[in-house]
Amino acid sequence: MPIQYYIFFCLTLFSIGVVGVLTRRNAIIVFMCIELMLNAVNLLLVSFSKMQHAAALKLDAVSTAGIDAQIFVFFIMVVAAAEVSVGLAIIVMMFRNTHSIDINFLNRLKN
Amino acid sequence: MSTIEILFYILSAFAIVSAIMVLISKNPIHSVLWLILVFFAISGHYILLNAQFLAIVNIIVYAGAIMVLFLFVIMLMNVKSDNEPQKKLLIKFIGVISGGSLLTLLISLVKQTVQLNGKTVLMKEGTIGLIHPLGKALFSDYVVPFEISSVLFLSAMVGAVIIGKK
Repeated sequence: MPIQYYIFFCLTLFSIGVVGVLTRRNAIIVFMCIELMLNAVNLLLVSFSKMQHAAALKLDAVSTAGIDAQIFVFFIMVVAAAEVSVGLAIIVMMFRNTHSIDINFLNRLKN
Repeated sequence: MSTIEILFYILSAFAIVSAIMVLISKNPIHSVLWLILVFFAISGHYILLNAQFLAIVNIIVYAGAIMVLFLFVIMLMNVKSDNEPQKKLLIKFIGVISGGSLLTLLISLVKQTVQLNGKTVLMKEGTIGLIHPLGKALFSDYVVPFEISSVLFLSAMVGAVIIGKK
């Protein structure tokens, strides 16, 4: 499977996430589209790791080249989980103060 | 077309359709469910690439924990469907145009790169996705980020509790 197919697929998912962040008004949906973008990048990193592994296996039958990208994906998931917990705490706090999670409404309340 | 290619196209189409349904759904709970389907499709891609550990961790962490947290928050705040003012159609149109132009720009950039021609991805084989080499690399070369991530989790937990306190 050529690498370009994976790149096109992940770019499509990433731009769908970008459209979601720009378009939706609900703060939680915006947050979910950020998670969609992170997942597209994760898949791209894993496919690049397998590309490097394929190239390294041609030279040397046992090699663990390309494992760094998969460990990076693991840490991206770690950071995403921590970020989701803090972000949702912030959203719940804003909802408690203003009773609305519409980002246009929250934008106008600059005080 | 071999089985692997057919599986790749089916999973990709499923993921893209589910991602578009995330954007289009009026009810936020439906958006969360479509996003869970996207995560399952991406885990299917991971299994095709023989990254088995990441496939299982993706399902457990993302679809199992993070999306359930989203569902709790949505049900706690009792969010009904979005209300639609008339100006929003122009914003949606501009958003789709700008996202589409970003996609066109990036795809044309990738198509121009000659260094990517002929590079193929090793699917269904390869041992680096299995848990044994991944664990060995994680605990030998990357043990410092691993320990720092535990501090990160602690700070995130403390921060979330403090933000949520009255």
